[in-house]
Amino acid sequence: MEFGALSSVYGTLVSTAIGMLIAVPLSLVIALFLVEIAPPSVSRFVGGAIELLAAIPSIIYGMWGLFVFAPFMADHVQPWLASIAPGMPLFQGPPMGIGMLSAGIILALMVLPFITSVTRDVFQMVPAVVKESAYGMGSTTWEVTRKVTIPYGIQGVVGACFLGLGRAIGETMAVTFVIGNRHEISTSLFAAGNSIASTLANEFTEASDDLYLAALIELGLVLFGVTLVLQLVARWWLRRTARKLGAVR
Amino acid sequence: MQTATTITQSHHQPRPFPLSTTKAADLTQPAQVKIATRGLNFYYDDQQALFDNDLEIATNKVTAIIGPSGCGKSTHLRTYNRIFELYRGQRVSGEVLLDGQSVLDGNCDVLELRRKIGMIFQKPTPFPMSVFDNIAYGLKQHYHINRSELRDRVEKALQQAALWDDVKDKLNQPGTALSGGQQQRLCIARAIAVEPEILLMDEPTSAIDPVATARIEELVDTLKECYTIVIVTHNMQQAARISDFTAFFYKGEIIEFGATDKIFTNPDNPKTQDYITGRFG
Repeated sequence: MEFGALSSVYGTLVSTAIGMLIAVPLSLVIALFLVEIAPPSVSRFVGGAIELLAAIPSIIYGMWGLFVFAPFMADHVQPWLASIAPGMPLFQGPPMGIGMLSAGIILALMVLPFITSVTRDVFQMVPAVVKESAYGMGSTTWEVTRKVTIPYGIQGVVGACFLGLGRAIGETMAVTFVIGNRHEISTSLFAAGNSIASTLANEFTEASDDLYLAALIELGLVLFGVTLVLQLVARWWLRRTARKLGAVR
Repeated sequence: MQTATTITQSHHQPRPFPLSTTKAADLTQPAQVKIATRGLNFYYDDQQALFDNDLEIATNKVTAIIGPSGCGKSTHLRTYNRIFELYRGQRVSGEVLLDGQSVLDGNCDVLELRRKIGMIFQKPTPFPMSVFDNIAYGLKQHYHINRSELRDRVEKALQQAALWDDVKDKLNQPGTALSGGQQQRLCIARAIAVEPEILLMDEPTSAIDPVATARIEELVDTLKECYTIVIVTHNMQQAARISDFTAFFYKGEIIEFGATDKIFTNPDNPKTQDYITGRFG
């Protein structure tokens, strides 16, 4: 018997990357909208709705992903992507709905509420007087946001992103439902793949001999290693930006 | 050369930097009115905070606004640059005129207005960036200038704010690393870097130590050659020391306004007398 972790590691990294690439900018925009632009009533309502999203169990995301979202992807999104970028290796293959891209998008939906609500709190903590002085310089809302509010809260924002990343990277049930569970590496995001967590969830009960079981447990160790490395990189980066901007908090 | 920020709003286009940068006061001329308020009322939701304020701020003079806490001093100041508009439920009626032009009407370019009117707050508010970038912040937003010009302007602003010698070796350090008094002078430098005409100071020394306070008072004295200064203060000695004119506010009304010497030695209104002698407030 042969075992290899590479396809699972690859799947974990790619699906998480897709998820974060979608979730982080979207969360930032939503948080800024809630803090800077939305009237209080809208802000309260949308904020509450987003926190509700965080409370949905991952199995629900998985089932929704498989029964509702994947067919939608197959019928609309994937054919569209293939048509706007013909020949692009990322969008090759049959639009099956399930696969790496769908898993990434589901992950984005799942981590979005976490990142949004923490970032919103961070932005709310930027002292009003600091923002006032930026507006007092004749800055537009966008300039104040980009140059003052975001840098002021950058540590918290990055912290929020890594909270989301931590959740995305280890997310099991929802990903298992939509990623397709195939032990192969494909450049196409439409193709089915697997992640470390989904492999573990799928195969643990089927591990018929000791070696198989040991291989799966080692895969768990690999997940731990990947998470650890990402956290260390995050901390290093955070410390560097903090030095550059001054220890604001 | 120019960053993306400048194209975010069409009415916020940077312009070439003005060639002449000195505007020393012509002391032979009688004081001209820089800002005037006429029948200014202010409301926080339904609560009225200012009542019929009529005030004239003289060009290149220091005007102090004194009065007990909660009497509307800051509120009055915050109408000049329309900074109150950031908050819902705050509204104003009456008129604020800058050089005879209405500030409050819809045609006024608020961004340009706020370039012309710098504001300094009670607590120092360095932005989360380096000392250099703090000063360059407004310059980059309002003017098209190249790097060497930017450096010159930053140095000049820091010198004007009497901060250059303290920070010339720490331009790349975060603004928050400076001491409280230095941070406040950094904020003054940041405000004057964009060549404003007016500086509004809202209790600028209440959060810093006496030595730093003295330095800022000296600074105000030199800055008035170039700028019209309005300073809100709790400290009556400070008002007496640095201002040319003083307005006494009480419960949202301007009780008395006149030359500082007169207000502090021979006020017309008994309330003013009571306040400056410390009988209330």
